[in-house]
Amino acid sequence: MAPSIGAKVVLLREDLDRLIAELRERGYVVIGPTLGEGAILYEEVTSSGDLPAGWSDVAEAAAYRLQEGADRRLFGYSLAAQGWKRHLYPPRQRLFLAERAGRGFRLSSGEADGAPMALLGVRACELAAIQIQDRVFTKEGFTEPGYAGRRRAAFIVAVECGRAAATCFCASAGTGPAVGPGYDLLLNEMIDGDAHRFLATAGSDNGAAILGGLSCRPPTAAELSSAAAQPAAAAAQQQRRISADAAGVLTRAAESPHWEAVSKRCLTCGNCTMVCPTCFCTTVEDITDLSGDIAERWRQWDSCFTIDYSYIHGGSVRQSGAARYRQWITHKLASWHRQFGSSGCVGCGRCIAWCPVGIDITAELHALEQAEQVSKGGDNGAD
Amino acid sequence: MAETRRPKLAVWKFSSCDGCQLSLLDCELELLAVAEAVEIAYFLEATRTVGKGPYDLSLVEGSITTPHDVQRIGEVRRQSKLLVTIGACATAGGIQALRNFKDIKGFIDRVYAHPEYIEALATSTAIADHVTVDFELRGCPINKNQLLELLSALLNRRKPNIPTYAECIECKTRGTVCVMVAKGEPCLGPVVQAGCGNLCPAQGRGCYGCFGPLGNLPNTAALTAQFAAMGMDRRDIQRRFRSFNANAQAFRKESEAYDD
Ligand code: SF4
Ligand code: SF4
Ligand code: SF4
Ligand code: SF4
Repeated sequence: MAPSIGAKVVLLREDLDRLIAELRERGYVVIGPTLGEGAILYEEVTSSGDLPAGWSDVAEAAAYRLQEGADRRLFGYSLAAQGWKRHLYPPRQRLFLAERAGRGFRLSSGEADGAPMALLGVRACELAAIQIQDRVFTKEGFTEPGYAGRRRAAFIVAVECGRAAATCFCASAGTGPAVGPGYDLLLNEMIDGDAHRFLATAGSDNGAAILGGLSCRPPTAAELSSAAAQPAAAAAQQQRRISADAAGVLTRAAESPHWEAVSKRCLTCGNCTMVCPTCFCTTVEDITDLSGDIAERWRQWDSCFTIDYSYIHGGSVRQSGAARYRQWITHKLASWHRQFGSSGCVGCGRCIAWCPVGIDITAELHALEQAEQVSKGGDNGAD
Repeated sequence: MAETRRPKLAVWKFSSCDGCQLSLLDCELELLAVAEAVEIAYFLEATRTVGKGPYDLSLVEGSITTPHDVQRIGEVRRQSKLLVTIGACATAGGIQALRNFKDIKGFIDRVYAHPEYIEALATSTAIADHVTVDFELRGCPINKNQLLELLSALLNRRKPNIPTYAECIECKTRGTVCVMVAKGEPCLGPVVQAGCGNLCPAQGRGCYGCFGPLGNLPNTAALTAQFAAMGMDRRDIQRRFRSFNANAQAFRKESEAYDD
């Protein structure tokens, strides 16, 4: 009988190659975790041999290191240096090309869409981030066609976390570690002695059809409970958390002296926004060749930390580092709710690990919260 | 573009190594297109033929290091409608501005057999310290793609797309893994203007700062505090800021904070 949505089967370690081959057979370019430049990177993979078997990542504020683990887990790390954003919404995209033709010009649209992608190894927080970007880019009336096309065509293989990095705080952000709906396939990787296998769950008809093609056995009760225990174990390891009242704290903190204090440490480099899987800001560039016969319009990732970002006639609105840091954290954690109906932070911790000076969004929020409590306490005392 | 007359281009050299001018010759494939689009009226590195001024665009390489330079840059300015400096020497004083931190007389006495013939200023300074500059192309050397972009922009009367953001953005858009975070390698990128095309981080090395300080007062103090936390000593930290752009204000101030 063909499996349906919700069906669970067991894939052996070697079946993962059949899964990758099956996805490729169906025309997908499979993007998954690879090792490169001392980090996990999401790049094209053609077989399970490309995956970082046995490697794990250790992340702290301003530090990320790979470390060889005790077993040969393929998904034993937490997160790649950058997320899936660079595949679904590439850093540079050509919007159109115009060529002079007689007295007029000929327009051609941006770049042709590539082959559909299968994203292998999407974590709970990352799936939540993709769903946030869906709301940003496919809002009615404001659809970004490039993103929408790539997203519609993408096949998502989520992998549930059984461990958390020190920078993770998805549990308090409410996005993980258990993977929520929206995947095509969900994998739980399990190693027990010599037995290395995956519990696979179908999340869509497409996912069910692919599982059907692999013809695997159903799971045992022990396998089911071992998989079910993974997210709880990952949640228990989380050391950082974000306050449920983040939006309130930030809305009340607009004039806080704390912004000055952060700006003493912040480089305004923009790394946090670049690695954030939900940040979506871009700028547009028009270029020409020397003759003026060819003109192109390009869109490139931008950040509210760049000085040009807030440039309007007469100068930049956000000159100080204080104003720029406040913009970033307030947009992420507060005004995002009004704009898109949720927080803009999924708790992946990338902005903490990849900030060259280790500025920690959870610690800054906490400091603002403390300052608020102290000043409240002071008010009470004065009554 | 009006077909009437090609704009006249002049390329001038002051104290420099010629590397930036060579970037223009290095344009290879695009060089013919450049020669078609502009009249190269004065460019001694490429041709001895000298076309008379005034010039529509002067590219100025090199820093001001002698009394004669001071007089000559004034003449260049008078003959140029637009004056664009190219490279770290012209824009910040170059590597030769290291002398600004020392006594130049000592150098001259040690290096030259007849110091009495040497007429040099005590400092090496940027062109903008002497005349009005319309645009600056950073880099040691400049990036030829930025030069072509600037020429295309001027010819087509549009804004040049020369980024003013930090080198870190080049890492992230290219997909380079941060060497500070993943290797504990000191990197000037967060306080340096992008533009090189991510040369060093893409090779797994920290940025040397060829493109000079990020505009709008970079937070160099926060970066050097991190360098110190990573175990660099004060002398090494100072040296990071004492290279091609040592005399750029933000870098000079930061390195002077590490004078013991
Ligand atoms: S704000 Fe930081 S922790 Fe939150 S989603 Fe963005 S990168 Fe991750
Ligand atoms: S935090 Fe900044 S870069 Fe990110 S989406 Fe908001 S405004 Fe854009
Ligand atoms: S918080 Fe960190 S990563 Fe973000 S702009 Fe400041 S220094 Fe850069
Ligand atoms: S390698 Fe250097 S330039 Fe690149 S992101 Fe890291 S600190 Fe910035």
